[in-house]
Amino acid sequence: MTATIEPEVGRARLRKEDARLIAGRTRWTDNLTLPGLLHMAIMRSPLAHARITRVDVSSARQLPGVIAVFTGADLADEQGSLPCAWPITEDMLSPNAPSIAVDQVNFAGEAVAVVVARSAYEAADAIEAIDIDYEDLPVVLDMEAAVADGADLVHADLGTNKSATWVFDSAEAGTGSEVEEAIAGAEVLIERTYRQQRLIPAFMEPRSVMVDPTGEQFTLWSATQIPHILRIMLAMTLSVPEHKVRVIAPDVGGGFGGKLQVTPEEVLTFLVARRLGKPVKYTESRSESILAAHHGRDQLQKLTLSARRDGTVTGLKVELLADMGAYLRLVGPGVPILGAFMFNSIYKFPAYRFVCTNVFTNKTPTDAYRGAGRPEATFAIERLMDELAAELDLDPVAVRERNWIRHEEFPFTTVAGLTYDSGNYEAATARAKELFAYDALRAEQAQRRERGDTVQLGIGTSTFTEMCGLAPSRVLGALAYSAGGWEHAAIRMLPTGKVEVVTGSSPHGQGHETAWSQIVADQLGVPFEDVEVLHGDTQSSHKGMDTYGSRSLTVGAIAVVQAADKVKAKAAKVAAHMLEAAESDVEFAAGAFRVRGAGADATSVSIQDVALAVFAAHDLPEGVEPNLDSEATFDPENFSFPHGTHLCAVEVDTETGRVRIREYVAVDDVGRVVNPLIVEGQVHGGLAQGIAQALFEEAVHDESGTLTTGTLADYLVPSAADLPNFTTDRTETPATSNPLGVKGVGEAGTIASTPAVVNAVVDAVRHLGVSDVQMPCTPLRVWRAIHTGQTDAGGLGGEAGGGLGSMGGTQ
Amino acid sequence: MRITVTVDGTKYSDDVEPRQLLVHYLRERLGKVGTVVGCDTSNCGACTVHLDGHSVKSCSVLAVQADGSEVTTIEGLARDGQLHPVQQAFHDNHALQCGFCTPGMIMQSIDLLADDPDPDETAVREGLEGNLCRCTGYQNIVRAVRDAAAKMSGGAGPEAERVGESQQVAGGGN
Repeated sequence: MTATIEPEVGRARLRKEDARLIAGRTRWTDNLTLPGLLHMAIMRSPLAHARITRVDVSSARQLPGVIAVFTGADLADEQGSLPCAWPITEDMLSPNAPSIAVDQVNFAGEAVAVVVARSAYEAADAIEAIDIDYEDLPVVLDMEAAVADGADLVHADLGTNKSATWVFDSAEAGTGSEVEEAIAGAEVLIERTYRQQRLIPAFMEPRSVMVDPTGEQFTLWSATQIPHILRIMLAMTLSVPEHKVRVIAPDVGGGFGGKLQVTPEEVLTFLVARRLGKPVKYTESRSESILAAHHGRDQLQKLTLSARRDGTVTGLKVELLADMGAYLRLVGPGVPILGAFMFNSIYKFPAYRFVCTNVFTNKTPTDAYRGAGRPEATFAIERLMDELAAELDLDPVAVRERNWIRHEEFPFTTVAGLTYDSGNYEAATARAKELFAYDALRAEQAQRRERGDTVQLGIGTSTFTEMCGLAPSRVLGALAYSAGGWEHAAIRMLPTGKVEVVTGSSPHGQGHETAWSQIVADQLGVPFEDVEVLHGDTQSSHKGMDTYGSRSLTVGAIAVVQAADKVKAKAAKVAAHMLEAAESDVEFAAGAFRVRGAGADATSVSIQDVALAVFAAHDLPEGVEPNLDSEATFDPENFSFPHGTHLCAVEVDTETGRVRIREYVAVDDVGRVVNPLIVEGQVHGGLAQGIAQALFEEAVHDESGTLTTGTLADYLVPSAADLPNFTTDRTETPATSNPLGVKGVGEAGTIASTPAVVNAVVDAVRHLGVSDVQMPCTPLRVWRAIHTGQTDAGGLGGEAGGGLGSMGGTQ
Repeated sequence: MRITVTVDGTKYSDDVEPRQLLVHYLRERLGKVGTVVGCDTSNCGACTVHLDGHSVKSCSVLAVQADGSEVTTIEGLARDGQLHPVQQAFHDNHALQCGFCTPGMIMQSIDLLADDPDPDETAVREGLEGNLCRCTGYQNIVRAVRDAAAKMSGGAGPEAERVGESQQVAGGGN
């Protein structure tokens, strides 16, 4: 076999995954079917908070095709409580979390009955025939009101709407000084309250689950990011033995954290299939997905930054309220805590205090959404740095430069207690300014202001970092997360020299099959095409912690590298035997073993030759097992800290409030790059979601707790026409925390871009007296900020969604 | 109701419920699961197919409305093992990640190119406005459509797509 000469890592390989996806040869869960498959539909509560007083399913049961109808009462004894794996404090309050409401509903969209029928249409018909009476309870929606004395309660039995309060204080932790002293002695104080609106992950593939109870094991297919965690959690929640559950994540159409969940729908499909002894499938509609799949963000951030008049920051105090919605989902309580370590970002704050209270409301539960805690933190600090610059009449980039960690100061332990391994903020910023033509745009901005143009230009900066590659198990343990953060991989050498790579990472669009193939091709010297990547089935990929938190490459791929090392170590013994040399005299390069120093023409044994020899096992060295297959589990010592500088120029029409992104430059440093094409794609998509938070998207509830942005007509996921062309580039500062030097990239674009855009919007109209516009910066809000000074949404339910549905009349 | 529809070159005759959506007929009756459902308000475009050569959102068409028509889905684009140039361009330009929107995006792109064989960036973005993608930020999709436009000589549309005696390949293949 010809070994690869040019390294695969670093090549812009086109993706292996594409061949099926562009031809429609797909395995989405909803595509799958089984003999006698039944279809489940869910009736959902239209009310946000109510007692269920009467349920009548008798008519529904009579309808054609209906096999069974179940209410909460029917399933109460076996449904358990949906798991929350992140009890952030010892005294955290966590209500019982049923998959189907039994006597009370706590958010609009909660399941109240399920129908199983021969077809999906018949199941939907039967839902219409169910009659449920409710008795209204007071609705708790606003977080500040929810934590006030005498507030109405979401869960009366808890006695409060506060789930937990989590504190980090640098003076107490010994990582910095006392923040109140810094504030008391401040030459400049910047005090702001920012709102992280509620967002909806809006993965393109609606969630779907199918359960087959007819085999020896229960087999559950699900559109999930976390097949391995799901299997464990189903076992623990439903008292079904773990070895009797097999979970398969087939093709999964996006996740963005939205499929990092153990869902009520998965539990209900399982329970119903088990009860009936027949395979059952449930696929949500988009409206159900928007309403009932977990939401993201939703924080109120009270911020105090102290500084000297030269722009040097001296302290940062963060007081958060985080909306959990009606229940604590899988990692929901920990999401704001992931942000706790990131508010100080790349800056050398001497003092820092973070306090977060998690709050219950009668809304859809929140949980991870791309970035999970870190976009919120990055938004806050990057907005504050621009506000500090404005206050001191300094250039926003100069203020950042005064405070950031210089490249020669790495590794650097921050005031939040993390050690950043590497970075070069100077290099990324210099490159971004160059690509952006920063000075020329500043000059144009000045001219437009001077002329009083109706369309003003604004420039926004975001010099972000983030912690990702969610891993170090001991750190996660210290944060009271219930599981570890390792990842597993195995490599199987087939007799013909082909290679199967088993990974515990679980892709849903990222391109693992391509990237892992590139890595293994280099490690073993085999052709890229000869590598098959197996994932997402707990039977074949039996061990894993799945994909989220930009962890696949920095954790999962390192396990692959380590497994490859073990394969090579085993193969070396056999190869030495075949070469009649001592193992210590044999070296491995470009896929072949040779006697060291024997020259290129000397006899060599390829790894494929070794694989075949091991398969035959006729002549192996004494004591050598006939098996090259190897596995490894990697648990890194540290997080990964990608960083970058994003610059955004917007044009704001001061007469209409319309914002147009004119230029967006993103220079990211994600360490060594395995596949630049995939990295660029991840950045593009991340930017789109971060920009969407800044300008378009918001989950809005009216005063009764009804979600008014319940369709894609109202919840404005941007289209191609809404987004600009991005200019992207990279600097490359290798991570020192893993052998590939890689950092995570999946969340970077989303984390960085939101403040860059909002900073640009505010910058465009700051001279008109505007210092903030709440997200999303819709034309209405921008116009109001300019003309009335009002920056917020006009209160709860005061403004309909920013989507097409509500703007249609004025456009 | 009995309908007769030609889908991807094969003629089918079936009894369908009058209310059945075309997308459900394609997926559940014919097993054409390459076409997917992404929403229930015709906003996302994931279900886009061609009806007599023009793009439609098949969640917004009843199966009975397709009676007597020709439907082309993502599964019917390749000819003799050759990908359609737009499919190829999506691969070449990394214009997909999770791939769920891709069938609809490709079908809409072909329709767009039939109307405008050489669209500029703005025309592509506006032409794809009814198709949502959550992964790519659209940049590489725009690049792919323009790349396909450059490579397609014969254009797209009803004529190029019809599976006739000539077995014509839209755009001449690649």
